[in-house]
Amino acid sequence: MSSTYIVWGSFLRGASPSRSPAEGSDWRPAATIDALRTRAGMLRATREFFARRGVMEVQTPVLGAATVTDPAIDSLRAGTPDEPGPYLQTSPEFHMKRLLAAGAPSIYQIGPVFRAGEQGRWHNPEFTMLEWYRLGFDAPRLMDEVAELVNALLGPAAYERQTYAGLIDSRFGVDANGDEDACLRTARDLGLDCGAGVEEALDLILAEAIASTRIRRLFITDFPRRLAALARVGAAGAASRFELVLDGVEVANGYHELCDADELEDRMAADIRRRRAAGGRKVDVDRRLLAAQRHGLPECAGVAVGFDRLVALRLGVANVGEAMAFDWKRA
Amino acid sequence: MATYSTNEFRPGLKVLLEGDPCSILASEFVKPGKGQAFTRVKLRNLKTGRVWERTYRSGESLEAADVLETQMEFLYTDGDFWHFMNTDGSFEQKAASSTVVTEAKSWLLGQEVCNVTLWNDEPISVVAPNFVELAVKETDPGIRGDTAQGGTKPATLATGATIKVPLFVEIGDVLRIDTRTGEYVNRVKA
Repeated sequence: MSSTYIVWGSFLRGASPSRSPAEGSDWRPAATIDALRTRAGMLRATREFFARRGVMEVQTPVLGAATVTDPAIDSLRAGTPDEPGPYLQTSPEFHMKRLLAAGAPSIYQIGPVFRAGEQGRWHNPEFTMLEWYRLGFDAPRLMDEVAELVNALLGPAAYERQTYAGLIDSRFGVDANGDEDACLRTARDLGLDCGAGVEEALDLILAEAIASTRIRRLFITDFPRRLAALARVGAAGAASRFELVLDGVEVANGYHELCDADELEDRMAADIRRRRAAGGRKVDVDRRLLAAQRHGLPECAGVAVGFDRLVALRLGVANVGEAMAFDWKRA
Repeated sequence: MATYSTNEFRPGLKVLLEGDPCSILASEFVKPGKGQAFTRVKLRNLKTGRVWERTYRSGESLEAADVLETQMEFLYTDGDFWHFMNTDGSFEQKAASSTVVTEAKSWLLGQEVCNVTLWNDEPISVVAPNFVELAVKETDPGIRGDTAQGGTKPATLATGATIKVPLFVEIGDVLRIDTRTGEYVNRVKA
């Protein structure tokens, strides 16, 4: 393979690692060496946490032939000038689920993942994800374990659980599941233009409700069906999906995993239709994941944690750039 | 026309919004969980000074505004326009209407160096120097000896602006004034 890599992504203009400040004067990390020492300690504590619980560490590929169909996640590709090349993984989820289908026990992984265009105080296009899967767990049990890990890394504190609809209602007095007009009005008050659809409005409302919550450690539960992603949907119609918000920053996203392969295929097809309708880039379903799920994904719950954000919160800094050796602007 | 995409937004960037030139004050990328990404922006409208908040979808863009912030010396007013000259030695002049000069005109007599914002080469805002020195044209007779404290009285300055001054101030006194608050600071010359 050629040693020349080109990274492709539709949002890349202006978002590639910067070469601007003259003569590399920005060569130093944004993180202090002490911050990196803290990070190293947290990595070690995380591995000890899982070792004590008998969860096996795995490493899966960073470059994969397939990627997620999720309409709001855009993948980068590592190609040569002649071909677009494999996808940089946006999460190790699909590879890890294939390991579970192949008979792996509960597993975890800490590694780099990549998302095009995600750049800001709390976002870096390359970041470190901690992801784990627990055989036989459901969402509440996995939330308990997430809380124990966070207690181990940030110190113990109290947690609250609020449903998605309850959170939005408590912040904006809006019924997220019923009152579309009120949702659109609230989004317009937040500065979104009049042409916004209700799904878009709800995304913005959720982002705002999360950022402005006063609850320091909050689990959001029971997401609406359209936001089920790869979580199973319960009898009451809510998705068995949860998020952990620490001081207004989303840190973890977990599911009681969807095992039904037909349902998975339907959701991926729906994703692809939504991508096409939104003018997004075409992606194909991951055939190997589908085959693995047809073979059988064991009953399990899984969660992904933005490790850099955890480090930033531990350090008390208000951006992930100071929690990693070199952020995108200096990479 | 040049445009800036949301991922190029940064404080200080000058963009066009609803036809008006604006300066970006703050820009934040937000993305809930698996939801769509937005960029929330605070902008100052450079014509009105008002602060606007807007939310854009990632990848949307705004047109660049050709805005230059510069210093110019006030020369004179003909009643309709206030005339300014570049301080860079080019002697280039610009005329600003009273709607652009707004509050600054209360403090301008001549030779004050002002912060002038140019949009497409035309002045859109003029900010007077923080402190100016102006003579009193009209005020009630001063009360001698009362230099310590006490009440205030109105005084009309050489520019026509009226401010509150201490009772000891007399016609012809030169006063130092803080243009940001419109308040008397001290007497420079009696």
